[in-house]
Amino acid sequence: MKIFRLVFTFFRIGVLTETAYRANFFIQLFQSLLELGTSLAGLAVIFTYTNSLGGWLPDEMLALVGVYFLMGGIISLVIQPGMSALIDSVRDGTLDFTLTKPEDAQLLVSIQRISIWSLLDVLMGIGVLVTALILLKQSVGPVAALEFIIMLMAGGVIVYSFWLILASLSFWLVRVENLLEIFQSMYQAGRWPVSLYPGWLRFALTFLVPVAFAITIPVEALTGRLDILTLLGAMGLAIALFIIARVVWRLGLRHYAGASA
Amino acid sequence: MTPGSEIRHLFRLYGQQFKTTFASMVQYRASLVIWMISQVLEPLIYLIVWSTVSNGSGGSVGGYTARGFAAYYLVFMVVNQFTYTWIMWEYEYRVRQGYLSFALLKPVHPIHSDISDNLSSKLLTLPIILIVAGIMALIFRPTASMTLWSGLVFIPALILAFLVRFLVEWTLALAAFWTTRVNAINQVYFVMMLFLAGQIAPLSLFPAWIQTIANILPFRWMLGFPVQLLLGQLTPVQTLEGLVAQVAWVIASLVLLRVAWRAGVRVYSAVGG
Repeated sequence: MKIFRLVFTFFRIGVLTETAYRANFFIQLFQSLLELGTSLAGLAVIFTYTNSLGGWLPDEMLALVGVYFLMGGIISLVIQPGMSALIDSVRDGTLDFTLTKPEDAQLLVSIQRISIWSLLDVLMGIGVLVTALILLKQSVGPVAALEFIIMLMAGGVIVYSFWLILASLSFWLVRVENLLEIFQSMYQAGRWPVSLYPGWLRFALTFLVPVAFAITIPVEALTGRLDILTLLGAMGLAIALFIIARVVWRLGLRHYAGASA
Repeated sequence: MTPGSEIRHLFRLYGQQFKTTFASMVQYRASLVIWMISQVLEPLIYLIVWSTVSNGSGGSVGGYTARGFAAYYLVFMVVNQFTYTWIMWEYEYRVRQGYLSFALLKPVHPIHSDISDNLSSKLLTLPIILIVAGIMALIFRPTASMTLWSGLVFIPALILAFLVRFLVEWTLALAAFWTTRVNAINQVYFVMMLFLAGQIAPLSLFPAWIQTIANILPFRWMLGFPVQLLLGQLTPVQTLEGLVAQVAWVIASLVLLRVAWRAGVRVYSAVGG
């Protein structure tokens, strides 16, 4: 319960900081809508020439866009701001302040910054996803729905652990931001089902940068494409990566020498 | 100063800028890799998506086969790299941080150091992108019906495309004088580029009314036109019309640039610096 209280507190701080710049809300709304419109228009162009893209129907692609926005929104809501702040605080030694607090430091750095306007992307993603589900008609049974939620959570854990591992490298290396930038620029490949890509690229998007687990696999669960092996594999990977991230973080902390002060 | 010595000065300036740019690019090798990934990934994704569509609908879409799309997007990648600028992000930073003040103190127009910075960095990055395009060509096996004349006219068309894009983006970058919300403007610009330059799909796949808009606005003349020209998809008359449109946009953007620059410098009050 303490975790929820902490998350709520940091969320409130996020709201308080951002409400000072209310115009940002409208800018973010404008930019998010523009991006969504672009995605949908792009799909419209492609589906004037075909009924299915590599076996994916328009409504299924819509669901994919929904999950793309939802996951991207979560990343820019809490994961990305927290991890960049972590890298900065390791460099200038302000991580000391976090370490002196009587709570788990990994939890604190993970939720330390919440950029609330990204909630717009999350909400829009959910909206698109719900629309796609209504259009899909073909009833999504309780099993598929459950699989979807589990895969979405596994995808979230995988992405979070991946970012934490990269950010923790800053305990040893100086310029880690670059690695995170590479993730961000490869994330856009998740707009399309990874099954479209040739083998080498699919491999990179599955194991080097876990875009497949974050976006394609949850939607596969929703549209009944997922086999039980992938499901178990994704869950296993989520648990394994989470533990590895924890270990790397601990090792990093031990290596951390503290502030220059 | 006589015109001759002025040009000699500019040459020295460009030479010096080349050394500076070279040194800083060697220093920031990692940024170079990131830049490469995004420059290559985007055309690659559209290439794969459209090849899938083409293979799924009997081998051809709007006259493009999978290998035709490969040719289109590989040339697109190279043309995009050649005409690419990053000035729209940089200006916001310059104005906000007050670095523009230093540029204003120098006795030459700041656009010169931007042009030479842009060209010097391309001397280094263009060979890399050509190698990548070569490797991609081995994987995706592009085909096109190029002709000698279209190959020759491609060179001036490419240079004009660079000029149009550089001048338009340099002018738009000046928006930073009036607003701090440059990101929203940039995003609108890039969305228009995505659809009207032939990035998301070759323009011939769009409805006629969008093609008409694309012919009027500058985006097509920065990217889609030289690509189609090199691939031998344009008639001589279409090529001539395109070159005229490019020259017209160079002139129009030069005029706009002068007006916007004068007005902008007047409202600029240095912050920090």
